[in-house]
Amino acid sequence: MDSSSFLMQFAQQLINGVSLGSIYALIALGYTMVYGTIKLINFAHGDVYMVGAYIGFFATTVLGLGFLPALLLAMVGAGILGMFIERAAYRPLRNAPKIAVLITAIGVSLFLEYGSMLLVTPQPRTFPAVLSSTPIHIGGLIINSQQVLILGVSLFLMVVLTYVVNYTKLGKAMRAVSFDTDTARLMGIDVDKVISYTFAVGSALAAAAGVLVGVYYNSIDPLMGIMPGLKAFVAAVLGGIGVIPGAMLGGVLMGVIEALVSGFISSTFRDAAAFGILIIILLFKPAGLLGKNIREKV
Amino acid sequence: MRVKAKRDLLSLGACLLLYAIIQLLIEVDVIGQFWVLNIVLIGINIILGVSLNLINGFTGQFSIGHAGFMAVGAYVGAVMTVKLHLPFIVAILAGAAGAGILGFAIGLPTLRLSGDYLAIATLGLGEIIRITILNIPYVGGASGLMGIPRLTNFTWVFFATVFTVFFIKNFINSSHGRACISVRENEIAAEAMGVDTTKYKVMAFTIGAAFAGVAGALFAHYFYIVHPASFTFMKSFDLLTIVVLGGLGSITGSITAAILLTFVSAALAGYPEMRMVIYSLMLIGLMLFRPQGLFGNKEISLKFFNRLKGGSPRDAA
Amino acid sequence: MTLLKTSKLGIMFGGLRAVSNLNLEISSGELVGLIGPNGAGKTTAFNLLTGVYQPTEGTIEFDGDSIVGLKPYQVTQRGIARTFQNIRLFSDLSVLDNVKIAYHFHVKYGLLETVVRMGRYYPEEEELEHKAIQFLKIFNLDGKKDEIAKNLPYGEQRRLEIARALAAQPKLLLLDEPAAGMNPQETHQLMEMIRWIRKEFDLTILLIEHDMSLVMGVCERIYVLDYGMVIATGTPQEIKNNPKVIEAYLGEEVQ
Ligand SMILES: Nc1ncnc2c1ncn2[C@@H]1O[C@H](COP(=O)(O)OP(=O)(O)O)[C@@H](O)[C@H]1O
Ligand SMILES: [Mg+2]
Repeated sequence: MDSSSFLMQFAQQLINGVSLGSIYALIALGYTMVYGTIKLINFAHGDVYMVGAYIGFFATTVLGLGFLPALLLAMVGAGILGMFIERAAYRPLRNAPKIAVLITAIGVSLFLEYGSMLLVTPQPRTFPAVLSSTPIHIGGLIINSQQVLILGVSLFLMVVLTYVVNYTKLGKAMRAVSFDTDTARLMGIDVDKVISYTFAVGSALAAAAGVLVGVYYNSIDPLMGIMPGLKAFVAAVLGGIGVIPGAMLGGVLMGVIEALVSGFISSTFRDAAAFGILIIILLFKPAGLLGKNIREKV
Repeated sequence: MRVKAKRDLLSLGACLLLYAIIQLLIEVDVIGQFWVLNIVLIGINIILGVSLNLINGFTGQFSIGHAGFMAVGAYVGAVMTVKLHLPFIVAILAGAAGAGILGFAIGLPTLRLSGDYLAIATLGLGEIIRITILNIPYVGGASGLMGIPRLTNFTWVFFATVFTVFFIKNFINSSHGRACISVRENEIAAEAMGVDTTKYKVMAFTIGAAFAGVAGALFAHYFYIVHPASFTFMKSFDLLTIVVLGGLGSITGSITAAILLTFVSAALAGYPEMRMVIYSLMLIGLMLFRPQGLFGNKEISLKFFNRLKGGSPRDAA
Repeated sequence: MTLLKTSKLGIMFGGLRAVSNLNLEISSGELVGLIGPNGAGKTTAFNLLTGVYQPTEGTIEFDGDSIVGLKPYQVTQRGIARTFQNIRLFSDLSVLDNVKIAYHFHVKYGLLETVVRMGRYYPEEEELEHKAIQFLKIFNLDGKKDEIAKNLPYGEQRRLEIARALAAQPKLLLLDEPAAGMNPQETHQLMEMIRWIRKEFDLTILLIEHDMSLVMGVCERIYVLDYGMVIATGTPQEIKNNPKVIEAYLGEEVQ
């Protein structure tokens, strides 16, 4: 392989990686926001993403909606689901040991996965081609129009989220709760409500990712959330869990690394790469790229 | 002779009696193939549950990568008999050693992490182990390692299980075990009391991994084939369910839960999705209504029953 | 003979100098107090001495050797045991087990003996239990040896923590606000007990305390810390009359 074709392939993988990465980023945002507020690894988050994809699927096939209405419906539906999960399973355990909550999250995850199997069968579904896929050639590189769509939608949602978190009352309350829950409560913030909205927002973003993946890969199934969920979590840790820009950075990095590993090494090692990164980050910089180290007071 | 030492012998005798009875029932075919299969599975699950409980329940280190160590035991064990034609006992020991060594190598760096971070790291490592095996053609890669002789039978499983349970029970009721428990209770206080917390975390993790290796080797030699897909993190969650259902920090709890869940699994074998839905609802319900599991961190023993009738509190084992 | 000597000991947390230029010198057998307003850095000083935090500057010599850089458990094994301001018992374990764990590093039986329950296992376990109960007797807790630590009343939890620290058989015992949350009667008993254990176990004791009656009553010498620095040192009488101390405690009462 001469150097120019190597460069071409590298650039191509970069493009693939960034569009895949923006999906991870959307999911990672939910992990990071929830972790920021209640210090819980919401294992069920990847499955909310799956539910989002299914809502999008039924909205287009059964209701005959177009892409955007289906996307919105999925986001709203998943948002409600997220709030419900928090209310029913996590809130009663607010003061329980961490392990108990984590196990509950695993339980919710399994329930969503296998409950969906009962409900919609384990068979993969083919997502309808709601949008045409036209390859766009730029020089020797090929960008799929759907990749552009994924990037566009994710970017738009991230901008909206950044605005909400930084400039609205809800966003300020979220940041207050995540900084110090007890003080926020003393300041008159309705902490339960803020946590509830945090779940709603995070879940809606995951659902958007689910619909985008459905459109892009054409195929969805009840277990589709497991791997992307785990990897998005890794992305959140990579960027610095609890840090919103960290999730975006981590997601994109993760996508790029994966694309490069599968393009240049072997696609069977793609998943191992994600977990390898996780271990390395945890061991050498557990606070992540953009996070801060904190030390326990004795 | 010491009263306590006498009690040790007594429980050993009870085990032998139990073995004799079940073995006899198998010989005369009162217990058929289907039940033997389930008894074997119960034994394997007890080994897995009790060894995971040592790590999660007693030492308080939240590991969810146990299936990875089971996989190592299964593959190392199978290679011993299939490729190297060594005796079964060597396969079991090698499986234990392989998993134990890996547990040590993984535990040393990762056990600096705590809580959620350790959980997710062990999950990741378990997956890395599986994906690595998937990429080794020598052991069959994705299609698995086939042609493993069925050497596991009731006798092997029974004694391996008894050995595991006694090993871990005796360990826990010693100064070493108490050191592990102190890490769970309060790591900072444990250090302040002179407990080398890193050493004991790694020790518990290594012992736990080694026994998962034993279980893996037994598993491989019962089902003729081992397959990377048998050791995903879903399997680790299954094992976690055993530990949590029985009670973190209760050996008898893990044993009871292993028996219970194996039967539930068998009963629902035809409905895999339903089985998982029930599992998951059980996990959630348990955490909401009885987060300490069936037995909490208590042990069921004759003393325990005495206490129920109004005896003195505490110190069962 | 000097047992503990720190020189220029200090630590920074971000921009905050929690302890700086701390020079302590404590002789074998002394009973010394460390006082100062809230946030003065007293607990941090303990954390430095016991290896919980690593100092950013300075040295610590204990029993003739430097102990800077040792892990907390190594410091304990060298002979410094402590209690915590916010009680840190093994709260789900029995009172007896709490004390037994402090014995742990004196136990000699190995893993093999443990697992097959032979050799030194039973003899040592029995001896250990015996000794642990002896300690509980001193603190009048032997009647509650099978109770779960977290179910004890507050004062007894404090006592159990001291019993546990003693069971580690230290040369130097560090007590972080041992009387916090105790009523005057309990505090008085505690005072007697501290005097007694020092004599009985040949101990050197350094204690942090807010209760002035306790500090003035039992300590032979006192260091006063404010904003991480020693502002005064001397006998209780000297400290009481020191204007700097009175200023540091402005608003608080020096009885
Ligand atoms: N781990 C830590 N990180 C940051 N600041 C700390 C830490 N531990 C103590 N401090 C700060 O150091 C100062 C001294 O605290 P401390 O030693 O607990 O005081 P006290 O004299 O009341 O025991 C306080 O301002 C406290 O906030
Ligand atoms: Mg203090």
